[in-house]
Order: sequence, then C-alpha cells, then structure tokens
Amino acid sequence: MKVLGYLLQKEFKQIFRDKTILAMMFAMPTIQLIILPLAMNFDVKRINLAVVDHDHSTYSSRLINKINASGYFRLVAGAASFGEAIRYVETEKADVVLEIPQGFERNLVREGQQPLGISVDAINGTKAAIGGNYLLTVISDYNREIPVNANGFTKMNEIEITWSNWFNPLAEYRFYIVPAVLVLLLTLIGGFMSALNIVREKEAGTIEQINVTPIKKWQFISGKLIPFWVVGMIVFTLGLLIAWAVYGIWPVGSLLTIYAFAAIYLVALLGFGLLISTYTENQLQAMFVAFFFMMIFMLMSGLFTAVDSMPRWARIVANLTPVTHFIKVIRMVVLKGSSFADVGLEFAYLVGFAGVLNGWAIFNYRKTS
Amino acid sequence: MTDKVISCRELTKRFGDFYAVDKITFDVSKGEIFGFLGANGAGKTTAMRILCGLSFPTSGQATVAGYDVYTQQESIKKNIGYMSQKFSLYENLTVEENITFFGGVYGVPAATIKERSRQLISNLGLTNEAKKLVAGLPLGWKQKLAFSVAIFHEPKIVFLDEPTGGVDPVTRRQFWDMIYEAAANGITVFVTTHYMDEAEYCNRVTIMVDGKVEALDTPGNLKQQFNASSMDEVFYQLARRATRSAD
Repeated sequence: MKVLGYLLQKEFKQIFRDKTILAMMFAMPTIQLIILPLAMNFDVKRINLAVVDHDHSTYSSRLINKINASGYFRLVAGAASFGEAIRYVETEKADVVLEIPQGFERNLVREGQQPLGISVDAINGTKAAIGGNYLLTVISDYNREIPVNANGFTKMNEIEITWSNWFNPLAEYRFYIVPAVLVLLLTLIGGFMSALNIVREKEAGTIEQINVTPIKKWQFISGKLIPFWVVGMIVFTLGLLIAWAVYGIWPVGSLLTIYAFAAIYLVALLGFGLLISTYTENQLQAMFVAFFFMMIFMLMSGLFTAVDSMPRWARIVANLTPVTHFIKVIRMVVLKGSSFADVGLEFAYLVGFAGVLNGWAIFNYRKTS
Repeated sequence: MTDKVISCRELTKRFGDFYAVDKITFDVSKGEIFGFLGANGAGKTTAMRILCGLSFPTSGQATVAGYDVYTQQESIKKNIGYMSQKFSLYENLTVEENITFFGGVYGVPAATIKERSRQLISNLGLTNEAKKLVAGLPLGWKQKLAFSVAIFHEPKIVFLDEPTGGVDPVTRRQFWDMIYEAAANGITVFVTTHYMDEAEYCNRVTIMVDGKVEALDTPGNLKQQFNASSMDEVFYQLARRATRSAD
C-alpha cells in the first residue's frame, strides 16, 4: 500500500531524528540490563548477627566460629544480655540474635541436648526466613559434629536428603531474573513509546491534519505500530546479546521460538500503548495511565514473585496481562529449552491479546468525532 | 456560477444544550472565494469542521463536493484541502518531506510529487530552506507553506481556518495573492478571518453571530444594506448583537 509507505517513511524519519528518544530507546535497556539484575539479587548474604553468649565455653565459641566461617553471617556484636542484643536489632544494626544460654557445653555433653534461642527481625520477611534457615542449617551441622559417639552411644538413624537444582544448577538468581528483566525493558520501551506517540500528534495538532486526509484508520495505526515494532526487535536482539555477553545466558531452546514470541508480544504491547494513546488527550495523561498499567504488569506478571502462589483473583489478573505469558515462555525456552509445542497455548494467548488490543485501538481511533 | 460545491440546509451542531452552530443554510459555488466571518466563539470553526468531515452534525443536511457529511466523510476528505487555525505540518520534518508526505497520503503519484514540489519550493522562494526542518521557519513562511500543502493535491475545495492570524501585512497580501491564484485554477476557497480588509477580497461573505448566519452577500451589497462605508462597520453592527461572550 503506497499510503502506508509514506506513513512509515515519515515515522521512521521522526524516530531517527529525535536523538534523545533514540538514545533512550537503546541506551536505557542496555544500561539497565547490565545494572538491574545485579541489584535485584534475592540471594541473601551478609546477615548481621548479634550473639549473646552466656556460656563462654569452648563449645560455644566453636559454634560461633562455625557460624562466622559459613560466609553468610557477619558478627556485628557480642552482647552481654538479650536486652542489649535486641537494641541492636531495633537500631537495624543486627538482623538475627543468637542466644547461647549458660551451661550450654555442660548440658550438651552431659545430657546430649540443649535448646538455643534465635530471634529474627522479620520486617524483611524473605531475609528473615532465609537467614533463620541458614542459621539452623549451620547449627544442625554443628550438632552432628559433636562427638557424642565418643561416649560409646550408637549414632541415631538420620534421614539424609540430597537435592539437585534442575535447569539452574547453582540456583543462581541471575538465571531467573535476567530473562525477566529483558522482557520488562522491552515492555517499558514499547509501551511508553507507543502510548505517547499518537497523543503527541494530538498535542501538536498534526492529528487534525491527518484526520482530514483520506488515510484509513488501519493504515494510520499500522504506520505507528510497524516502526516501533522494528525498534523493539532491535532492542530485544541487543538485550539477548547483553544477556549472553555479561551473564553468559544463551537460550537453551530455539531462537526461532523466542523471536516468534517476541514478535507477537510486541504487536500486542504496542497495540496496548496505542490504545492508551487513543483514549488520552495529552502526554501527561498517557504517561500516568501507561505507568499505572506498567506497575501492575511488573508486580503481577511473575517477574518478582511466583504467579502460582498468588491468590486466585490475582492469578486471574496476572493471566490477563500479556507480560505474564511472555515472561513465562522466555524463562521456559531460555532456561529449560522448551520447544514451541510446549508453549503453543501461550502463543495462542499472545495472538489473542495482539488481535484484541490492536482491533480495539483501531476501533477507538476516530477520524470524525 | 450555478455549480454548487457546498450546500448546507439548517445545519446544526449542539453540545449539550449549547448550539455551537444553529440552523445555518447557505450554498457555495465552484471557484468562489467564500468568506466566513464572526467573532470568537461564533461557531465558524465548528461549522468548518463539520464540512471537512472532522465532526458529526447534530441535525440538518449538508453536502460537500456532492458527498454527504453524515455518511461519506472519507469521500469528502479525498476532495478537500484543510488548513487549521493551529499550524499543523510536522515541525520535525523538512519542507520537502512535509510536501512529499502529504502529497503521498492524498495519492499524488511519486513523479508528480517530485516535479510539483520542486516548482512549489521555488515559487515560495524556499529553495535554500527545502532541506531544513519546518520548525525553524518564520510564521509567515510556515503559513504559506501550509496553504501550499493544503492545495498540493489539487482539491476541489480548500478550507482555511484563520490562515493569516499573526502574520505581517506584507505576507498577508502575498497570501491573498496565492488564494486568488488557487481560485483562478478552479479551487473553491472557504476561508474564515478576523481581518475585515480580507473580507473585502472575498466574492461573498457570511457573518455568523451566536451560531446563526446573520448576513450573506457580496461585500458591496452588505455595505449598502447596512449603510456602512466599510466591512468593519458592517461587522461591528452585527457582532455587537451577540449575547454569547467571546472565548
């Protein structure tokens, strides 16, 4: 279609002429993809520990040494009383308090058992739970080493558990988060750029000049969609390369599957942005509306938390956003090597989203009001 | 001049209980320069937007270039040019690119665009600015360019909404020379203005007051009818009857 050709020519010229926007479109994802995954690290390290040692024995200091040597804890204080230790927690200097009671060594050797007190600052629930668990692991390990057997008792039967992490052997957070951040950045770039575009023409008054021409609605929307789609695919490719170069993450599955998904996902997302653009009157409105939805996308798409553990209503909302499906697929294909057949249903979802959102945008764009 | 290119019968546009355009009736003939006058808020722009297919009327009939304003807006759009109050070429495209773009979307063949745009740029004296962004042009040049773009595809009718607002007197004269040239080439010109000297240049003039057409005739006849020496006086006599406050 010739008219579409002229529209595309115009849009591309405008995109490549705006150096700030262009820099934002390419530099932002690049830099953020390098920085964000490092910052968004859920591995819990450097837990600040305050110890109240009432025993001052060989056993108690051996326990403290062992905890120290685990690498996860930092001994910030040796407090004289529990009350003093809690003040460390109150002033945020300590996360966990370990209280070793008087008679720790004696009871352990003589009676073979001795309770310990662990108090955890649970304001950051994740850190508290994981930190407490680490401490338990270290202590039970220590427990096993105590030479109870030396006294001639037979060792109790123990259930020993071994586990292996599939698809992400070292359970490293970056394998989980990098593909998701890639999706997130693509979402932000695509969503905001398209949401602000038509509305910018409304502000400039040029939309009126367009509306008075015989340009068809689908031509106008396609003229907006295609250039951003091309830019989006370039950004995505750039992101994949950065994930490989910086984090050593290269898709286990087929690149073709990934690109097929990225292509249809972008169409859906751009349609969403254009839809916002047709409903709003100025860039500020468009920005706020887009931001509102982006927040929901980010928090409910399974980027940070598992969708499966959300309440039922939240899972329904999550499934109604295209982002959720794309993040899921990207993780499956990049980390597990799932084939297209494994994620066919998700593809159908995305095609649906793309159709509905773009159809709606075309419908809602009015040349005559 | 019996060939009617615009025809309105009791055309009305209502926003809530506000009649922006109230039962206006008139015809415009082919090749005519038709002036559309009225105070701010009298309903000129609203009427023009209906005729351009940008806005649905509430009631009444109107045809533009033979097409109905309710159902055939897209056919109307193929046959008209429009220059809005607000400068609406792309500021971040060059002079040449704007001409090519608008020529292209109206379906002018590429070879014709090329040739005609070279001619146009040299006529406007913009040869040195052809590859510069429109944003940098002075207002008067922008307006002349916008008009040239509006008639680039040789429409039957061109609608001009206050085309000379804020433009210096010399450029205004040049602008009207361009309008005369377009009319001589058979393009019907429908123009709104606040400058009464410009009203004198029109073949026929309509004066709108509070959404209604209060006067419609040649400038000469209007002056006679209102016993006035200039269009300024005619306008003043009519406009002070307005009960609506200007915006």
